[in-house]
Amino acid sequence: MPQGRRRTLRLLCAALATSGLSLVLAPSAFANFITPKAGGSPNANQIHSLYMIILYIAAVVFVLVEGALLYSVIRFRAKKNRVAAQIHGNTQLEIGWTVGAAVILVILTVVTFVKLPSIINPPNSSAPFLESSLTEPTPPNGKRLVICVQGRQYIWRYVYGAACENNPFAAKLPYSFQTMEVPEDTTVVLSITSVDVIHSWWVPSLGGKVDAVPGYTTYTWFKAKGPALYHGQCAQLCGREHAFMTALVNVVSPSQYQTWLTRQRQDIETANSQVTALRAYLTKTGNL
Amino acid sequence: MSVTTAQVTRPAPQVLTRAVSSPRQTKRWIDWVTTTDHKKIGIMYLVTTFVFFMMGGVEALLMRVQLSEPSNTLLSGQTYNELLTLHGTTMVFLFVVPVMAGFGNYFVPLMIGARDMAFPRLNALSYWLLLAGGIVFYATLFWHPPEAGWWSYPPLSSIEYSPSGGQDAWIFLIHLTGISSLLGAINFYATIVNMRAPGMSWGRLPLFIWAILVYAILLIIALPVVAAAVTMLLTDRHFGTHWFDPTAHGSPILWQHLFWFFGHPEVYIMVLPGFGIISEIIPVFSRKPIFGYKAMAASIAVIAFLATLVWAHHMFASPIPIVVLGFFMLSSFLIGVPTGVKIFNWIATMWRGSLVMTTALYYSIGMIAIFVVGGITGIFLATFPVDWQLNDTYFVVAHFHYTIFGGAVFPVLAGLYYWFPKMTGRLLDERLGKISFWFTFIGFNATFFVQHALGLSGMPRRIYTYQPGLGWSTYNLISTIGSFILATGILLTVINIALNYKRGPLAGPDPWKGNTLEWFVPSPPPVNNFDEIPRVRSVEPMRDIRRQVERATGVTQKTGGSERFARV
Repeated sequence: MPQGRRRTLRLLCAALATSGLSLVLAPSAFANFITPKAGGSPNANQIHSLYMIILYIAAVVFVLVEGALLYSVIRFRAKKNRVAAQIHGNTQLEIGWTVGAAVILVILTVVTFVKLPSIINPPNSSAPFLESSLTEPTPPNGKRLVICVQGRQYIWRYVYGAACENNPFAAKLPYSFQTMEVPEDTTVVLSITSVDVIHSWWVPSLGGKVDAVPGYTTYTWFKAKGPALYHGQCAQLCGREHAFMTALVNVVSPSQYQTWLTRQRQDIETANSQVTALRAYLTKTGNL
Repeated sequence: MSVTTAQVTRPAPQVLTRAVSSPRQTKRWIDWVTTTDHKKIGIMYLVTTFVFFMMGGVEALLMRVQLSEPSNTLLSGQTYNELLTLHGTTMVFLFVVPVMAGFGNYFVPLMIGARDMAFPRLNALSYWLLLAGGIVFYATLFWHPPEAGWWSYPPLSSIEYSPSGGQDAWIFLIHLTGISSLLGAINFYATIVNMRAPGMSWGRLPLFIWAILVYAILLIIALPVVAAAVTMLLTDRHFGTHWFDPTAHGSPILWQHLFWFFGHPEVYIMVLPGFGIISEIIPVFSRKPIFGYKAMAASIAVIAFLATLVWAHHMFASPIPIVVLGFFMLSSFLIGVPTGVKIFNWIATMWRGSLVMTTALYYSIGMIAIFVVGGITGIFLATFPVDWQLNDTYFVVAHFHYTIFGGAVFPVLAGLYYWFPKMTGRLLDERLGKISFWFTFIGFNATFFVQHALGLSGMPRRIYTYQPGLGWSTYNLISTIGSFILATGILLTVINIALNYKRGPLAGPDPWKGNTLEWFVPSPPPVNNFDEIPRVRSVEPMRDIRRQVERATGVTQKTGGSERFARV
């Protein structure tokens, strides 16, 4: 092999090794470049760590395969006196890499199922709270806050309190649009429905997405650290203004949450009574 | 019929050339419209699908320009949704699937030593149905294009939320192109099973033919399901049924199952012929036999089998029990094994070879480099808890462009550079071809690699605009710039074709020292392909013939093409 080519090869190997190494070391530096968002809730954190395990294995596979490809392209170019080796195959080698690939996938399967419970099962609330119920994803001690999430073109509506699961439009239930208020360190269970087309509830820092499908009720949960404001967005094409169907989750202290809830309830009642009065007036004067 | 002694003493069961009434060659358009010649139909397929490829590409560029900066007002939400529906539907139904049928049409009979497809008139019908589907679909540009995405999930695609006729045109397109592909698939199957050259046993079938055979079987399995689904959607929309209507106990999830039961095999319908093309090109330009022929053929079959068992990995965020998600994760993982085997075998084919660096090989190597990334990101997406974060984001957009653009479009371009001399008798310009490769390769990666980062930082797919300050602006700008570099690369290939299809250097019958029978006949091949069909003794019949000639004449065969690119 001529000197120049050998040097190129050595350089290439070094470059590959460096890029591989930087992939391994980089996660903290480029957190939002190569890893999903996390940090808001235990399930998001667990998904993140599962992702990291796959990423490390993937990085090694990537470097090995692309390295072998690059090496063979550089090393085995046609030139004078090179005769291609007439190899038809190598059964042992072929069985070897088939088994190798399968073993990696078995490892990933095991890791996924080990991680799975911590992703789908909510932990107990750390803050003292609230209702208890025997239905749907429930922390071990049964105490959680239920919020009903209703998707509609093109806004999210949130109804607070377990009673929402029977009738989200029942009177006297506090509700809000787009911005969800939640108490920190509390296990919040979301009961997700849609009134028109399919939407998808997704606040990346608080865990994975769950489709809101008309005719179905789906569930997810989070236990958020606060105070913080998390941004999310509808992830399933739901029509022309799909891009503007955003969601905000405002995490506050439990006492602030109670205050907000009371005020919201009062505001809604006031507005309702004003509208009722207006409607009565308009009907009486023949304008409605 | 009398049998002459000469025929009786023939050593092998050779097929005799029948006298055919040769049609009047007028070179007018009427020849093309009325043709049943598989080569002309193949070229019509290729030209038509490339026109649709260009249109789909322009739609993609418009979307990229819209997303290049936050809060852009170039396109409205309606226009953007129309464009994304047109783009996805065009690329899947009017480009990638039929372009493979185009190559298949032209090269299946040539590679197996047949004189035409099994059913030539059915073949012509396939093509005209495809064109009709494309015209019906694109006619909506003058009214209301569909805007529910290429999956057309109800209720969004129901009459309440998509009242325009565009959605019906989409259904009509699925039916027309579906019947077209189904007829084509039956034709390929009948041709490959019945019309192989003497001596071409299953163990000597070229890998491209294996791929087309399995492509045909997958089409026959998957297409009736989507045909049923869109018919149900049609009756929901217009005839009062409620299959997918949740307000009347119908289920939107039913549509998702039916659509993806078709949709995931469709992915392999798109990439398997691409794998086949690559498996033909790499051995030829490595001057080596394919590494592990049996494993290569078997892995095509295994991929196809598994492809029918993985559909719900498109629905990990839908209401489905965890145990079902687990099953679909495992089946999706499994498909990685035969796919990995193929990639390793391609690299092993090049290993210790003597690589003749033609443009076709450039595109083939580019395919492997890109497809590896798509395969690896596929493992992330198959792990369903991780998919809950990645599903419906730009990470998925990046993933399927790495697999489909990498696994199907790169092989199509490789196949174009490889087979163009056979189809036209002229060589493409290799210098321009390599320039086009670098534009395409760099542009592709610039466009789609950053989209992984976009998805990971929270950008859902199919949004027509976004607010500044979310950390998405820079990635989107890079992606848009990349898309124009990519488009330049494709355009250079088109220019290459335009410059050389009449005036390029003459190719001769076998410019690359090919392995398969299409290189045995003149370029372009005559109407009836073969005067005499050679007996096949290995998986590389043309190589045997070349050796035989060289032994008989004592002269190394010169070719018109590959010598000038090899530093020999």
